[in-house]
Amino acid sequence: MSLKRNILDLRKRKEKVLQGGGEKAIQKQVAMGKLTARERVTSILDEDSFHEYDMFVEHEARDFGMEKKELHGDGVIIGTGTIYGEPVCIFAQDFTVAGGSLGLMHARKITKIMDHALKMRVPLIGINDSGGARIQEGVNSLAGYGEIFFRNTLASGVIPQLSIILGPCAGGAVYSPALTDFVFVVENISKMFITGPEVIKTVLGEEITMEELGGAKVHSEITGNAHFYALSEYECFEQIKKLLTFIPWNNTKKAKAFPPKPPRPEYKIEEIVPSDPTQPYDIRNVIKSVVDDSDFFESMENFARNIVVGFGRMNGETVGFVANQPLVLAGVLDCDSSDKAARFIRYCNAFNIPIVTLEDMPGYLPGVDQEHMGVIRHGAKILYAYSEATVPKITVIIRKAYGGGYIAMNSRHMKADFMFAWPNAEIAVMGPDGAANIIFKKEIMAAADPEAMRKEKVAEYREKFANPYVAAAKGYIDTVIEPQETRNMLLHSIEVSSNKVDSRPAKKHGIPPF
Amino acid sequence: MGNLKEFNVDGTVYTTELTKKFENRKPWIRPNPKHINSFIPGTIVEILVKEGQEVKEGENLMILEAMKMKNQIKMPFDGKIAKVYVTEGEKVPNRLLMVEIE
Repeated sequence: MSLKRNILDLRKRKEKVLQGGGEKAIQKQVAMGKLTARERVTSILDEDSFHEYDMFVEHEARDFGMEKKELHGDGVIIGTGTIYGEPVCIFAQDFTVAGGSLGLMHARKITKIMDHALKMRVPLIGINDSGGARIQEGVNSLAGYGEIFFRNTLASGVIPQLSIILGPCAGGAVYSPALTDFVFVVENISKMFITGPEVIKTVLGEEITMEELGGAKVHSEITGNAHFYALSEYECFEQIKKLLTFIPWNNTKKAKAFPPKPPRPEYKIEEIVPSDPTQPYDIRNVIKSVVDDSDFFESMENFARNIVVGFGRMNGETVGFVANQPLVLAGVLDCDSSDKAARFIRYCNAFNIPIVTLEDMPGYLPGVDQEHMGVIRHGAKILYAYSEATVPKITVIIRKAYGGGYIAMNSRHMKADFMFAWPNAEIAVMGPDGAANIIFKKEIMAAADPEAMRKEKVAEYREKFANPYVAAAKGYIDTVIEPQETRNMLLHSIEVSSNKVDSRPAKKHGIPPF
Repeated sequence: MGNLKEFNVDGTVYTTELTKKFENRKPWIRPNPKHINSFIPGTIVEILVKEGQEVKEGENLMILEAMKMKNQIKMPFDGKIAKVYVTEGEKVPNRLLMVEIE
């Protein structure tokens, strides 16, 4: 054969693979409201930047008539490309080929690109759309999952790992996304669960739809498995690209800096927070009043809303925000919010992102269910995450900082680098109402007018202890600032911290209260 | 702001939104030792005792089949069966009252 004929032959071979599972299967995919695997990859990556590998891989199954079947690319696409001109590794399961089922070669393709991503220290983006293990391949299929999980764990904290759930992701398959840093879900398309509705019905008699069991809303609101929720695949791709502007390409780098911008004038910091500590407001407006261009990119927006986490920029540099949300459950700490915050703090620490903590928190959520769900061990995760973090850590106490929660929320004692408080901050063991009831119990009960006495004692306690100056007198707070100074103090303290050197004892690893 | 409600933390009443999860939480009820509840959803395949029968601690009361396992439901202490709330072949959900002891 001449070279020309060889080239034509190559083109023909490629064309065949590009058809994926064929026209009928693609029509089915489209009818489900889904894009094809290739469309997804090219929509996420820079135009014409995708290069595919392992197109000609053939599957390994030799039983149950599978040897006669041709599965293009064995149901998964792998390759490299760029996003904003920076290199990434990507894989996308192709549901049109044997339902995206995972066989030995399918898994080998995924682990190949994972190894590549880790070696090249670039982000890994995985698109999950698969019916699960390829049953005809037996234990080889299970082994494939195991190899993927192991690599997810090796790469954790070294390169960013993003999982995009664009179809079913059931059984063992769910654990790869669960091991990655950020999980993206799309309404009506994403479905994640360990055991499906059919099994649940047969075994337990409980009837539930896939959407109710493990749909996008469930994972973004109830389970906390998903970080970003979108209404369409395209919105999801925009979220992925936006996230990538905030995070570094690996753990030895800093996130890309952008030109500094002031916050938008409509966010007036002094007008957001009511002085009465029992009244609600949206803490996200405080974040927007200090970050560049008031652009705050929130993660896990709908899960454990009593705490807010996400990224913003200050003078063009990425900062991670952790903030109590007085608008929801008064901003209490509980099992879910502790999990959410602790994981985010560890992400920031692993990827060299300074952490700003905004505190307005009345304590822990009381209740038998919280205690029995283990609020002790969950709450301990926040203490652990802040204590082990060595990135610049700055706290601003906006209003309430009561009890153990004050210590947990990146206090001086968790080795915060800078501790600021607004003049209306109340740093105390508990709120004045609760404290007065305990300290002055006898006086209140003995008084002719107990309610008047109670009010008097609450005021007395507030005057004496519910302010920032008792903590400032001991140096636990570095300075009390006016609200409008907040952005400048944050900018300055981040700048001062830019060459921060801090270390922890050498160890194999700690034992966080997982 | 959404639906604002009063919410007490350590004696202070805050005005705030509540979450669905918080509002749907199950109130805690002290377990009654004389009530035997199902611990898993499944099927009652066999009932071995009758109402009014004296039963010794550790004796089998019934078989609850779930996840292909035949679970023996045993008498927690010596006593008399006051009422049996389930029948053979019945599918039961989790935490259903099956037997009451006098």
